[in-house]
Amino acid sequence: MLEIIDLKKSFVQPSGEPLQILEIPEFRVEGGEQVVLLGRSGGGKTTLLHCISGITSTDSGKIRFLDQELTKFTEPMWDRFRASNIGYVFQTFNLLPAFTALENVLLGMSFAKDVPDQEYANWLLKRVGLGHRLNHKPDQMSVGEQQRVAVARALANRPRLLLADEPTANIDPANQQGIVDLIKETCKEFNIGLILVTHTMEVAGQFDRIDQLEDINLVSTELAAGMPEFEKGENQS
Amino acid sequence: MNLLTIAVRSIKQRLLSSTLTMVSMALGVGLVVAVLAIFGIVQKSFNANATLGYNMLIGAKGGKLQLVLNSVYYLSEPIENVPYEYYLEFQNQEIREKEYSGSYSYKAVQHQQVARTTLLTSACGLTSPAGMIAALATDVLIEQHNQQLYPWKREGKYSVFTDFAIPLCLGDYVGPYRVVGTTPDMFSLLKFGRQGDKPYEMNEGGRNFEHFNEANGFFEALVGAVVAEDRNLKVGDTINPSHGSAEGDEHATKFVVVGVLEPTGTPNDRAVFINMEGFYRMSDHAKPLENEEDVFGTNQIAHKITDADYVLPVEKREVTAMLVRMDPLYSIGIENRVNEGNVAQAVFPITEIRRLLDYFVSPVQTLLLVLTVLICFMSGVSILVSIYNSMSDRRSEIAVLRALGARRSTVYNIVLLESMVLSVVGGLMGIVGGHAMIAAFSGVIEDQTGVQIGFFELAPALPVPIPLLSSVSAEFLVIPGLILLAIVVGFIPATSAYKTDVSKSLGK
Repeated sequence: MLEIIDLKKSFVQPSGEPLQILEIPEFRVEGGEQVVLLGRSGGGKTTLLHCISGITSTDSGKIRFLDQELTKFTEPMWDRFRASNIGYVFQTFNLLPAFTALENVLLGMSFAKDVPDQEYANWLLKRVGLGHRLNHKPDQMSVGEQQRVAVARALANRPRLLLADEPTANIDPANQQGIVDLIKETCKEFNIGLILVTHTMEVAGQFDRIDQLEDINLVSTELAAGMPEFEKGENQS
Repeated sequence: MNLLTIAVRSIKQRLLSSTLTMVSMALGVGLVVAVLAIFGIVQKSFNANATLGYNMLIGAKGGKLQLVLNSVYYLSEPIENVPYEYYLEFQNQEIREKEYSGSYSYKAVQHQQVARTTLLTSACGLTSPAGMIAALATDVLIEQHNQQLYPWKREGKYSVFTDFAIPLCLGDYVGPYRVVGTTPDMFSLLKFGRQGDKPYEMNEGGRNFEHFNEANGFFEALVGAVVAEDRNLKVGDTINPSHGSAEGDEHATKFVVVGVLEPTGTPNDRAVFINMEGFYRMSDHAKPLENEEDVFGTNQIAHKITDADYVLPVEKREVTAMLVRMDPLYSIGIENRVNEGNVAQAVFPITEIRRLLDYFVSPVQTLLLVLTVLICFMSGVSILVSIYNSMSDRRSEIAVLRALGARRSTVYNIVLLESMVLSVVGGLMGIVGGHAMIAAFSGVIEDQTGVQIGFFELAPALPVPIPLLSSVSAEFLVIPGLILLAIVVGFIPATSAYKTDVSKSLGK
């Protein structure tokens, strides 16, 4: 379903020198497959997700998804494709504070469909256990509940791929497992491919496929060589 | 969820800042509406007099505008007076003869005729019948010839073209209000209103003043609505005009108020009208002739009724101006003829009023409008500042929207919509506020100008030579103007939103 070949991405440093972040010879995710990317902070995990979702352009290489070569897309095509096919769950939830839980989910639908499916948005929120919080704004909900809304919003357009960027990093330990379970279950339920980025083995250990970023990203391997090794379960954020 | 909803939610999220921005815009627009309303009030005030009921003003030589100001608006000081004989040139022979009957010249001619008849009679007794017949025939011919020369034996020069001519005698005051000496024709022949078809009406129990009656003699007055209210005058009260100015000495002559005019929205609301005969009979009002004493002396009250048979000689009369209605076909020719003479000038008041409006009032209005539009623009800049300052806080929100699939153009439009909503809602608040302000002051405005204005009164069209703009109320241009302003001031923050780097701005 998702195929990355010879992907390279660099940023320009303040000095003007380019800083290579990603160099991925090959990375594949099959339809409905759930993959955990494990790696240190600063290793390029988020940049990889941005490249896959089209939020950031690539320097070179190919990203194929659903038989389309996304790297040939123009920006508006990316926007439309992202809205329809890729869900994104952020570490900091990124709910819009002016909108209720239901409206945040509907907002996720607004850029993919002409008429948002309110019934489905309601159902999704009930599915993530927030049937009683539909009209609450983010500041009226706990962080766990906010992340549940974020998951519901990411699923709003029935995406084929869900990108989760450290989804439990800002959540208290009591709620972390619930979010991981929710993401796992809903992706399985809707047959959605999942790339979940984390730096903790506690989360990564619950998935069948764990890819060390250092194994797929040649640059990350080089960067990691100069960094202290982290202990299992240590929070690096 | 449409873009407008997103924009409105964003505004509500920054409620205090947004409200202050909208209030700033509301104040600016409120001022624009107030200025536009002033446009309307000024225009209405002028238009109320645009159909004056007469089409020509005759007055002494001098400034045309001054003649209009003091004869139509009762402002400024009169230039000079015009001889009464000139006024009589607009009257028919019957009136002229009646008016001239008290004149010195008329009396002199009568005296001359008596003398000649006596002489002729004595001459007849001395000659033969043939000679007597010849003398009588010669006398008839001479008399016929002379009669053509007597002014009371002919029509006034302009009378054939004249529907009516109403004299005005100015100079006195009641408090700050002008006293106008005139004839009852002023309110029986003249009409007012936009179509010039509304007759003047008096309040209950009131009536027009009369030329003469047994009860009050020549001393009756009619009071304008504003004057009556301000001076608390009612039918039966008496007034003593003060001479020359509001602070001048009061005449001993009392005039009895016999009516109060219903409000007309014209300058007549702010004047007191007295019988011209009474006006002349106040001390110092009759034109003094050389080597002649005032026939009334200082004891005018003693003559109040008993002088009814006395006709003030034409030679001792003057008028300040005449309101003349004449056939428009001949009016230009008459105007030229009057102006070519050295006695008086004729002006078309409507032309002068329009000129006054164009030359003096319109530029001031335009200046006011420009100033208020600048205030609106400043309010627009405050919208820019408000939205732009919020951009740093909102960059992550914009990035989230982009991450959810919103295009750059979408976030651009959302920010522009925010600018428009702030601008238009602020503008609507301003329009409502402006109208409320006008409605609140409507009583004062009506008192001061006679113009009735209510909450729903729309401003007139702008005086610009553009068909679309000049055909609708200027207020209908406010909202499109604000939308345009919002687009201009929203451009910078919208562009900033457009250029947002999603990757950098997106929280993890």
